[in-house]
Amino acid sequence: MNTASREIIHTGLWNNNPALVQLLGLCPLLAVSNSLVNGLGLGIATVAVLCASNLVVSLSRNLLRDEIRIPVFVLLIASLVTVIELVMNAWFHGLYRVLGIFVPLIVTNCAIIGRAEAFASRNRPLPSLLDGLAMGGGFAATLVVLGAARELIGRGSLLDGADLLFGDIASNWTLQFFDPEHGFLLALLPPGAFIGLGMLVALKNALDQRHARLVAIAPGSDAASELA
Amino acid sequence: MTERGNLLRLMSRSGLSLLLFAVLGVGVVTFFYVLTADRIEKNEREYMMRSLNELIPASAYDNDFFTDTIAVIDEELLGSDQGVAVYRARRLGQPVGLIISPQAPNGYNGVIRLLVGFYADGTLAGVRIVAHRETPGLGDGIDQQRSDWVEQFPGLSLASAPPADWQVKKDGGRFDQLTGATISPRVVVQAVHKAMLYFDQHQDRLFATAAGDSYRFETESQP
Repeated sequence: MNTASREIIHTGLWNNNPALVQLLGLCPLLAVSNSLVNGLGLGIATVAVLCASNLVVSLSRNLLRDEIRIPVFVLLIASLVTVIELVMNAWFHGLYRVLGIFVPLIVTNCAIIGRAEAFASRNRPLPSLLDGLAMGGGFAATLVVLGAARELIGRGSLLDGADLLFGDIASNWTLQFFDPEHGFLLALLPPGAFIGLGMLVALKNALDQRHARLVAIAPGSDAASELA
Repeated sequence: MTERGNLLRLMSRSGLSLLLFAVLGVGVVTFFYVLTADRIEKNEREYMMRSLNELIPASAYDNDFFTDTIAVIDEELLGSDQGVAVYRARRLGQPVGLIISPQAPNGYNGVIRLLVGFYADGTLAGVRIVAHRETPGLGDGIDQQRSDWVEQFPGLSLASAPPADWQVKKDGGRFDQLTGATISPRVVVQAVHKAMLYFDQHQDRLFATAAGDSYRFETESQP
């Protein structure tokens, strides 16, 4: 893998993570992250849409004048999401039952149009696809961590409802750590989503600062580059 | 003059390509809509059949349960001023049971939609929560995917449980509330009870009316 690709992946997953740094797409993020499985569901759907929209936008980028670029992107993304929803409903109905409500939410995710405008409209199709994968992955990872934390604190469980996403083999995947009655309800309610996301942002900043300090103390040393 | 002409040409070019993309978008969506419409309808139907069959098993009836439906309107007892669907199960032409889909408009967080199944003798076949927005971790225990709270209903009838029983225990009735949540179970119990009263008042007409239309049955005068 060349440096440019590695840079794209690192940017999407960490340096410019759409949820933790750009703070894009908070509406679906906060609404759906009340359990690990829900978070993973929206995460998968977002990765799929982001990859497809980046690819389509990148392919059409040379056909468009600047003035009409954004309206056309909106058109393309809206059509694409509708088509994905229809296809899921028709051929993956079980999955649609779980993810279906999230797919229209993805249209409201400004991360999609943000990547179309900032990256895909200026780059060739393959890097754009990779960018979609990395940005979507970064968004999905945040969703999964936040969903897991809220489910664990609020309900004492992890992977509740996994069978909805993975089929019957997953029906006993649920881990119950303590009685749901003793859960901290706030974590499941909307304020808990904001507090949880705030803590994740703080954690990321703290890690980045620690890393920057280490690099400053010993530039080029092994310890610093290992942490990177 | 040429500048103006240039601008006009630019504008019409942009407008034209915008139109082109709009047509393309609509075309693609239409194509996929037509391609998937039948399958989606079949999926919806199968999904609904599965929920209905959880209440009244497929072995109990031999008619086309899913299409043998009417819509009935009763704001007071069924919780909606729109028609709610009634699915009717029959075997050899005789009524086996039916499923009403009433709403409880006063949930903690908006409307709760239910399926309430009856056997022809008036006993409850079961209750399912189809859609709700109750608080995760508290009120959502009414959802059969979250807890087995709804399993208190099957087998009960108006004859076996007097009106005073149709409350949660906290209000002096027979039904468990959920820990930390009284409102969601309370409104579901009340909605089920009202659906039972409706079934009791209109049972004969519910089975006898021809499928397909929307009805508002007048309440029979009290004896």
